[in-house]
Amino acid sequence: MNEQHIRLPEGSIEKTTTTLNLGPTHPATHGVMQNILELDGERVVSTEQTIGYIHRAFEKLAERRPLYQITTLTDRLNYCSSPINNMGWHLTCEKLLGVQTPKRVDYLRVIIMELARISDHLICNSIVGVDAGAYTGFLYVMQYRELIYEIYEEVCGARLTTNMGRIGGFERNFSNTAFEKIEKFLKEYPKVLQEFEDLFIRNRIFMDRTQGTGGISAERALNYGFTGPNLRAAGVDYDLRVQQPYSSYEDFQFNIPVGTTGDNYDRWLVRQREMWESLSIIDQAYRKVQDFKGKEAEVYHADAPAYYLPAKADVYTKMEALIYHFKIVMGETEIPKGEVYQAVEGGNGELGFYLISDGGRTPYRLHFRRPCFVYYQAYEELIKGSMLSDAIMTMSSLNLIAGELDA
Amino acid sequence: MNLSNEYVQQRLVEKFGDQVHSFEEPYGMLTFEAPKELNLKVLNFLFDDVHLQYRFLTDLTGVHYPDQAGRELAVVYHLHNLSAKHRIRFKVFTDIQTPDVYTATGLFATANWMERETFDFYGVNFVGHPNLKRILNVEEMDYFPLRKEFPLEDQTRIDKDDAMFGRG
Repeated sequence: MNEQHIRLPEGSIEKTTTTLNLGPTHPATHGVMQNILELDGERVVSTEQTIGYIHRAFEKLAERRPLYQITTLTDRLNYCSSPINNMGWHLTCEKLLGVQTPKRVDYLRVIIMELARISDHLICNSIVGVDAGAYTGFLYVMQYRELIYEIYEEVCGARLTTNMGRIGGFERNFSNTAFEKIEKFLKEYPKVLQEFEDLFIRNRIFMDRTQGTGGISAERALNYGFTGPNLRAAGVDYDLRVQQPYSSYEDFQFNIPVGTTGDNYDRWLVRQREMWESLSIIDQAYRKVQDFKGKEAEVYHADAPAYYLPAKADVYTKMEALIYHFKIVMGETEIPKGEVYQAVEGGNGELGFYLISDGGRTPYRLHFRRPCFVYYQAYEELIKGSMLSDAIMTMSSLNLIAGELDA
Repeated sequence: MNLSNEYVQQRLVEKFGDQVHSFEEPYGMLTFEAPKELNLKVLNFLFDDVHLQYRFLTDLTGVHYPDQAGRELAVVYHLHNLSAKHRIRFKVFTDIQTPDVYTATGLFATANWMERETFDFYGVNFVGHPNLKRILNVEEMDYFPLRKEFPLEDQTRIDKDDAMFGRG
């Protein structure tokens, strides 16, 4: 028994705390990550997070890929809201290349990004419910995540790892079916969201489980680099869509919900409120898209022939289109020299792309600023002294996505 | 409160003189460089100064330039003043033989894992870091994989029997 893998507290003969390995593959972690918890009874004394179980060296891989092939890597960061990552990456490339996107493309992107935000928050909030013992909400709202995935499917053909859009716009225009599905979503989802909210928001058990657990002050949250809903739950109204609008977010009216205590309940409420705001943004964007008439309603990409694949018919008939097609597909387009940082408001917060180009065909260096990675280090501080079951709730209400954690 | 690139540059030059240099504005973001011994002084100044208040460390990462003798490794800080909505980029360079750079964990709790990641991939030794060990890679690893001397596998190699994966 002396060879057990436990750390004895300094100077003690007998170990008084229990070591518990939570993960790497534990149903409660919702992803591949490990926590080595030191427990005193049911109270958490300390924890050590071990990550990297699904590290795939994206930053290294990206150094050999032409820009358009990196989109598939970004899918696999936060796979609950891949389209936001895709659009963030396209925005980064467009900033570097100086490509101006038409308004209609911006609005279509906004629709997709807000749908992705809803599906991201929906997963997180319903999983918090599951961890508190309420499975019903989770099963119920999955129908509407399914509808969101159907819209993705209609737009790009994929559901989870979407690889959606291209540098300069989308690969094709949205089909009528896509618009019908968006309309259906706008019509039916509010009722479901309201019902889901009613199940939890004043539920005594849920409130008791979430209020006052996993809290963090605004100051600590900022020092820990929190962004997104987790920071806003602590009372800081920092949202990139307002602070540094991208993709024409400045054309929309919406509120930024903030909490006060930064605890699990506030995080849940902020995400819930954000879904309502996202719905309103989708509604506005959808109407703006409908306002485009005639030729304008056909625009779905920017005029950037060197980076955007030409139409297939042109490739067979026009010399120039053939050349561009070949150069893009073979990754032989030289990209301008420079360094650029572009961030978008991802499901979990500020998703940044730091791209250095030396004028070659591939990035010289690409770094992803992954919000999960940044705020997971605060986990120990969040759960110190709390119960084990609260620690699990805290983990799911932080919305940790292993793909984003490890890159 | 409004901050402009010119103002920040002027304040930095007033405070540090020639020590801060290479001011650039790629795509509008003020970028500058300082000797690595000064990194904490510069960060502290940017953090504490009443008018600057860059108190949010957005990102910290490394870059490897194998061709620049004596300054092969760069550590890049992205700082953000949230209330003035202003971002700046700050770089320090170090040689690869003694890649010692002072840690920023005293100022920013978030620098902890970011520095561990930079150490993990580039081998930058952050002096004073409370727990500088590998974070994403296995602990037994004895090299720094994002350095440029480790190329990715040649995509055209044919010596590998890899029929299951569409090659060979």
